[in-house]
Amino acid sequence: MAEKTKFELVSPERLLASEDVEMVVVPGSEGDFGVLKGHAPVISTLRTGTIAVYENGHVKDRIFVAGGFAEASAERVTVLADEAVRVADIDKAAIAKDLEMLRARLGAATEDAERVALAARIEIANAKLAAA
Amino acid sequence: MATLKTLRMRIASVKSTQKITSAMKMVAAAKLRRAQEQAEAARPYATRMGRMLGSLAGSMTAGAGAPKLLAGTGADKVHLLVVCTSDRGLCGGFNSSIVRLARAEIRKLQAEGKTVKILCVGRKGRDQLRRDFASLIVGSVEEVGRKRMTFAEAQRVSDKVLAMFDAGEFDVAALYYARFKSAITQVPTRLQLVPFVASGAAAPDQGASYEYEPEEGEILAALLPRNLAVQVYGGLLENAASEQGARMSAMDSATRNAGDMIKKLTLNYNRSRQASITKELIEIISGAEAV
Repeated sequence: MAEKTKFELVSPERLLASEDVEMVVVPGSEGDFGVLKGHAPVISTLRTGTIAVYENGHVKDRIFVAGGFAEASAERVTVLADEAVRVADIDKAAIAKDLEMLRARLGAATEDAERVALAARIEIANAKLAAA
Repeated sequence: MATLKTLRMRIASVKSTQKITSAMKMVAAAKLRRAQEQAEAARPYATRMGRMLGSLAGSMTAGAGAPKLLAGTGADKVHLLVVCTSDRGLCGGFNSSIVRLARAEIRKLQAEGKTVKILCVGRKGRDQLRRDFASLIVGSVEEVGRKRMTFAEAQRVSDKVLAMFDAGEFDVAALYYARFKSAITQVPTRLQLVPFVASGAAAPDQGASYEYEPEEGEILAALLPRNLAVQVYGGLLENAASEQGARMSAMDSATRNAGDMIKKLTLNYNRSRQASITKELIEIISGAEAV
């Protein structure tokens, strides 16, 4: 069996995961990359997508992240996510409701800055729905 | 001399005050626990962010193209002080001690001929600073973390700071808040936000030369504003915990003082009650003897 690498996932509000895993596939902004033990040190930004955690050659866990940063080194992978939810925990109905509300607000928004912020949130919600 | 009735009324009023202060103490204790848990939960992100930034900054300082948030504007003329306090009072010297630190700093900077701007977070600090430095306050944010401190709220504050920085309105920024040491001690602290200073604990891994994806400049440009928000968030969480701690100990001593006062008043009350009984008896006896 392959050697394990330490995987840590943190969001600003809490530590979501800290475990030894076989491989992690991270959605980097320039393409997904898998990290195994002994990976060359890399720092990368993330795009919105899902992190896949592999155990014994199979996906054990999928976690949705809305952007952030990842740091990989020979010993560990650290992901600093802006927002992170386990794919299994995504509540489709709640997001659909949120989406509706956001769209309504976007329609009513008058300021450019507000519109941009709302559009970004809609995009994240859409991606979340797609991931679930 | 106080009559029996007024004494009785005072005892009743002190008793109800004591009830209020002891309830507030209990509430503060419960809130403190929650705030502490939250501060604890936020720590891993901050330390890892610091570590990542430390290693990035280490490799970046040599280059001349370092972003301004990291390298500073090259000037040291305009200082922005972000003073975090609470929205509510009745928490002992909590707000005053933060304001005192900020005030000392402002006076020092002014003596050096620097321009000072203040961004207030929290109503109490704004009120206190307005007395002396009304013209220096450039903005204030209130009702932060009223129910529960969220990262989005910290971001609101840091976005304000960033917008000002981008507009070239200051050269150096620092956050003033109370670091939570224990429920009885909170230490007013200054934390430099801009330019970024790598904390000693965040020393980069020796010899590890990172690859960057995309380029390091781009990553830094994304990471630095994020880090600012994280620092503000951390400061606000510490502040929230400190506020509750300060309130708890203030209310504890208020409850104890009320207890002392009740004891004293009750003693007084009993004494005068006995005195009046004795007086009445003497009157009756001497009246009977005279007959």
